[in-house]
Amino acid sequence: MSDLGPLVPRRRDMHPVPFDPDYKTSVTRSPRWPLLSMESTPSEETGPRFGHSLIGPLDNNLILNWSKDGTPAIGERILMHGRVMDEFGRPVPHTLVEIWQANAGGRYRHVKDTYFAPLDPNFGGCGRALTDEQGRYQFLTIRPGAYPWPNRANDWRPMHIHISVFGHSFGQRLITQMYFEGDPLIDRCPIAATIKERSQLDRLVAPLDMAMSRPLDFLAYKFDIVLRGRRQTMFENKLEGM
Amino acid sequence: MVQSLDTLVETASQTGGPYVHIGCIPTFAGLGAVYPEDLGLRAIEDGAKGEIITITGEVIDGTGWAFRDALLESWQADASGKFAGQEGADPLVNGFARFAADKETGLWTLRTVKPGKVKTRDGRLQAPHISLWIAARGINISLHTRIYFEDEDNSEDPLLNRIEQRNRVPTLMAKKTGAGEYRFDIHLQGASETVFLDI
Repeated sequence: MSDLGPLVPRRRDMHPVPFDPDYKTSVTRSPRWPLLSMESTPSEETGPRFGHSLIGPLDNNLILNWSKDGTPAIGERILMHGRVMDEFGRPVPHTLVEIWQANAGGRYRHVKDTYFAPLDPNFGGCGRALTDEQGRYQFLTIRPGAYPWPNRANDWRPMHIHISVFGHSFGQRLITQMYFEGDPLIDRCPIAATIKERSQLDRLVAPLDMAMSRPLDFLAYKFDIVLRGRRQTMFENKLEGM
Repeated sequence: MVQSLDTLVETASQTGGPYVHIGCIPTFAGLGAVYPEDLGLRAIEDGAKGEIITITGEVIDGTGWAFRDALLESWQADASGKFAGQEGADPLVNGFARFAADKETGLWTLRTVKPGKVKTRDGRLQAPHISLWIAARGINISLHTRIYFEDEDNSEDPLLNRIEQRNRVPTLMAKKTGAGEYRFDIHLQGASETVFLDI
């Protein structure tokens, strides 16, 4: 019909509030003054693209991608899968999805993480994948443990996997977290609670997906991701030479 | 009742957390060679056309502390104003880079080529700029801003001209500190709070 138009403006009320006293670090790291709003330009509408040559054969298998001798990571084996699409429901193919997470005991492989749950010698905790033509991605991993963190006197993170998605436009860039159906810590978590629109938090909770689980091997959780869309009408100003 | 819209709502953001480096730059985070190299190590390859520049800066919180766990990404055009993948773009300019505040000093460094001018959708020329994206613990939705250059003609730039308080414009200007060297500090709060973008 026509060229893709500008990015749909972000609905900030559907996102977490930047300033939330219950999440203490946000107090000194949230801008106080209003953001400058403007229609997107090619600087935001374009973005980096990554090819299949980037991806190694085990990059989306966190159970094996850090193992030195093929010993699988310890924990409850799960498949995390879903689709990346835009606000118009169009699939976002060939986009890079990166994840990172704690191990089954709730410990990250990081010099700053001093929680006394043990490190798993066969688990690193990061993975990446490119979506296919339909925007689908899959990771094989272990279910991360919940863990305590220094915030208020006794705060615990629910089980979660961090997700970074590029999309096709720099303005679509998104980092979020996937939670697990049935975790009672979600409603006690000040980071989850930075999202004030309940339906938006619910969308970060992945349901158990028995249809995609593999008998005698792994359970599955489905996590779909929606990125900003680009308007597509017959009435957009076209860019000269593009 | 009315017809229902069949549009979806964007997935809500969450903070990248203190260990964002594990997922995005695992070698930097100390995970070893899980990937051959970290993504976005170089904005340009050797031989890229144009002026090669180095930009250094800090990300500073509301207390004045240059914090150590910021992750930054940049995206920009090549010296002629074309983005990677567009026809005629310099194949040696990746345009994308990913870099972090130093664990000891809080300083980050971006080595790249000075970008050319890029048009807006309605054909106006934007002054040379680099788009910047900042993720960190405590940042619930990642921040977008832009690096402009104090030694360029910025007078016609549509974005800069939308800033009502002209005293805030310098927060988007990289300061020249030497031949091919610039300084760009990002203030999340305070009197010199950087202009962040909803774009």
